[in-house]
Amino acid sequence: MVAAVSAEALRKHYPGSAEPALDGFDLSVPPGTVHGLLGPNGAGKTTAVRILATLLRADGGRAAIDGFDVATQAADVRRRIGLVGQYAAVDEILDGRGNLVMFGRLFHLSRHDAQRRAGELLTQFDLTDAGRRPVGKYSGGMRRRLDLAVSMILTPAVLFLDEPTTGLDPRGRAEVWDAVRALVAAGTTVLLTTQYLDEADQLADRISVLAAPKGGGGRVVADGTPDALRARIGGDRIDLVVRHAADLPRAAALVERVAGTAAEIDETTRRVAAPVSDRMGALAAVVHGLQQEGIDAEDLTVRRPTLDEVFLQLTRAGVAA
Amino acid sequence: MNVPWVVSDSAVLTRRYLTHLRQQPVELANAVGFPILMVLMFAFLLGGMMTVPGGGDYRQALLPGLFTLTMMFGLSTTMVAVVTDAQRGITDRFRSMPMAHGAVLVGRAAADLMISAIALAVLLLVALAVGWRATGEPAAIATAVGLLLMLRFAVLWVGIYLGLLLRSTGAVTAVQVFEWPFAFLSGLFVAPATMPPVVSTIAEWNPISSTAAATRDLFGNPGWGGDSWVAGHSVLMAVIWPLVIIAVFAPLSAHRYREMSR
Repeated sequence: MVAAVSAEALRKHYPGSAEPALDGFDLSVPPGTVHGLLGPNGAGKTTAVRILATLLRADGGRAAIDGFDVATQAADVRRRIGLVGQYAAVDEILDGRGNLVMFGRLFHLSRHDAQRRAGELLTQFDLTDAGRRPVGKYSGGMRRRLDLAVSMILTPAVLFLDEPTTGLDPRGRAEVWDAVRALVAAGTTVLLTTQYLDEADQLADRISVLAAPKGGGGRVVADGTPDALRARIGGDRIDLVVRHAADLPRAAALVERVAGTAAEIDETTRRVAAPVSDRMGALAAVVHGLQQEGIDAEDLTVRRPTLDEVFLQLTRAGVAA
Repeated sequence: MNVPWVVSDSAVLTRRYLTHLRQQPVELANAVGFPILMVLMFAFLLGGMMTVPGGGDYRQALLPGLFTLTMMFGLSTTMVAVVTDAQRGITDRFRSMPMAHGAVLVGRAAADLMISAIALAVLLLVALAVGWRATGEPAAIATAVGLLLMLRFAVLWVGIYLGLLLRSTGAVTAVQVFEWPFAFLSGLFVAPATMPPVVSTIAEWNPISSTAAATRDLFGNPGWGGDSWVAGHSVLMAVIWPLVIIAVFAPLSAHRYREMSR
């Protein structure tokens, strides 16, 4: 099957900057999936999207959308993509419907079809009531939804979302996430860039982690499902918080005995943590040990590592490599 | 490139800009109000002590200069609009769409020319109200108006190019500041003959001097005269200068738009 989005060894070095923005960037996104590009500011996420969306020419490497080369078949690519950039690229002075009709006409829909499609999209993105209001009066979340609606006028095969929730409040983020999920359910392939781990976790089937810009940035240092990425830095972790600091040594000994490895001890939060392989067994053993030794526990959890922990570890590894 | 799509896409975008004007009448008021203010300032505050070499009413000679000035100041108006679209990401969205690419520029140019035509019409009425008169033949007067709009059409391509190139509001301010000395280093307000020798030659060859001189002539207003070749061929140069500017900046703009940040 042809990948919806593919990139091989993309390179881009902006004139005058010390480090390349992209340095051997590889990517392959199967159709109908959501792929997250995760990385800190300056890691090259936006550069990658701009090259894939035909806005920027790469210095080296190849990239294709549905098999169409972004450099040599740009017109074919543009018929297949939607782009939602970092700024809601809609006309502030026109109203919501006016924006959809204008962009629909520019996508070469007939006047009648542009009107009809505008109505459909206003409904789909829950903007019907706001259709006649100037976009300048929209909330951030509404503007983003309109932005998404515009990029869905032709139902593109591939939708690029470049940090779609940057600058939105939690409610706005939730609105945008819901809209994105609806698009994905309809079969659109999505390439999403984000700095937010929870966003990638919420939306993406697979994630590519880009390294930090300093030293070895601009390339993918890890790639996989959110679960697989977590697995790469170890399994579950057990967290025990004791009520009395005096119990810490005994609690640490208990956790180490169960985990079979050294525990991390944080005296200020009275916390003992260690990686474990058998989550339920470890939990039962620690509970049993606490009762036997009469240690007063405040909190006990077994949890998967957060993507933050994964992210820090992977990008640090990328810098070291 | 598909020619009909260029036309229809341009029309869609021209309509977009004209809708902006309808939604924000204050923009139009600015576009028209500023030159009106200039007319009143020059005519009533400065004009009293200015004289036309060889006689003639200064105000009659001044107004074609102010019409020309208004057309020239359209440069930064266009530039602001281009920079605003680029900064909001709208230009990038257009560029990622399967639309006719020249349309973004042509739509902008057409809309700005229409807006300028409205502004010029209002300005002509105000000029008549303060006592300015066009005494030339109707055909000559129409030609004068045509030359003014031709200059506007030429400078708007400079504005589009600079807007695509610089893409920052700071640069717009710099261009706006630069517009003033450029306007004064010309025959818009005073006769270049009254300037020091080298400066006077530069002022005579300033493209806007040709438009101002040609329109004075065609409107039947008193002019500065002058013995130089360029002063003697003002109508010819008022056609050639804009054509040269368009021939340089329209292709540059098209190229810049395609290759933006590439």
